[in-house]
Amino acid sequence: MKKGKMILKRYRFALITMAAVGVLLLLQPQIGMKAIQNSTFQLQQMFFVIPPIFLLLGLLDVWVPKTTMVKYMGEGSGIKGILLSFLIGSAAAGPLYGAFPVAAVFMKKGIKFSNLMIFIGAWSTMKIPMFLFEMGSLGVKFALTRLAVDIPGILMIANTLQKMLTAKEVEEIYQKAETLLD
Amino acid sequence: METYIFYGIAIIALLVSFQKNRAKTRSALKKAWKSFENILPQLLTMVLLIGTLLVFADTALISKIVGKDSGWLGVLLAALIGSVTMIPPFVAFPTAAMLLRAGAGYMQIGAFVSTLMMVGVVTMPVEIQYFGKKLTFLRNLLAFVFSFAVAWVIQGVVG
Repeated sequence: MKKGKMILKRYRFALITMAAVGVLLLLQPQIGMKAIQNSTFQLQQMFFVIPPIFLLLGLLDVWVPKTTMVKYMGEGSGIKGILLSFLIGSAAAGPLYGAFPVAAVFMKKGIKFSNLMIFIGAWSTMKIPMFLFEMGSLGVKFALTRLAVDIPGILMIANTLQKMLTAKEVEEIYQKAETLLD
Repeated sequence: METYIFYGIAIIALLVSFQKNRAKTRSALKKAWKSFENILPQLLTMVLLIGTLLVFADTALISKIVGKDSGWLGVLLAALIGSVTMIPPFVAFPTAAMLLRAGAGYMQIGAFVSTLMMVGVVTMPVEIQYFGKKLTFLRNLLAFVFSFAVAWVIQGVVG
């Protein structure tokens, strides 16, 4: 019963939308039919594209450890730290706001500020499962072009942010992050 | 075509994982299902909404707002929409593909996809909690401006 209620709550917008399309179908059969056709076509495509990606995402999550990489990304980690920041960010899964708690842990462990920003940038827009999905929906050319522009773009943004913030401001953000974890 | 490659990779990875560790594989499958089921409600709502919207907003209207000839104003509009909406990428990409088929331009869709992923106006309160006001505003602003460069290059290569 409780579980059923939960499901009902989670799907309430989907159900409302379905009901709205149902009403549309009654009032304007032609338009309603077209809306249903549009939607089912899209759903078919999605259910074909999605399964392998989520499988890979699950495997990635289980097999790739995250904590061990942290120590390679601090001050003086150089190009290795930059590469790792890109890698960890793009191996992640989940929305951007999921990256902020991870960022807090990274700050506590002392990862370099520019690496932190690279990690955030990679998480936001270069996640591998998303990239696979982007290729599937918008084409290989589109996804590859965006990726090629994103890499220098993320580096530039990280660099600019580091220049725009004083060392003291960065220090304060790091200190605040520590209090967020306890 | 790409999809078949992903099916191949996923199946091989799954078999290797299963050989190495059954328990871990089971938990990976569970995670895969859970992360899919997590977005399913939004997915369904989004598909239905866009599917219905597209009946009214025909090709002519979409091309006018964010079509090939809408130029930089269309890019700006698409970038703004991408910044303020919070659609998971698994929903956003098919939506973007749908809009492209309905007459949207590659430059405009490039800006939309880029700001959608990099700029989060709705999640700013959360981001400020972690990064403070200054860093949050600057990061989002830079990502917004950068998305125009993304749009421009995509137009040059794909459009």
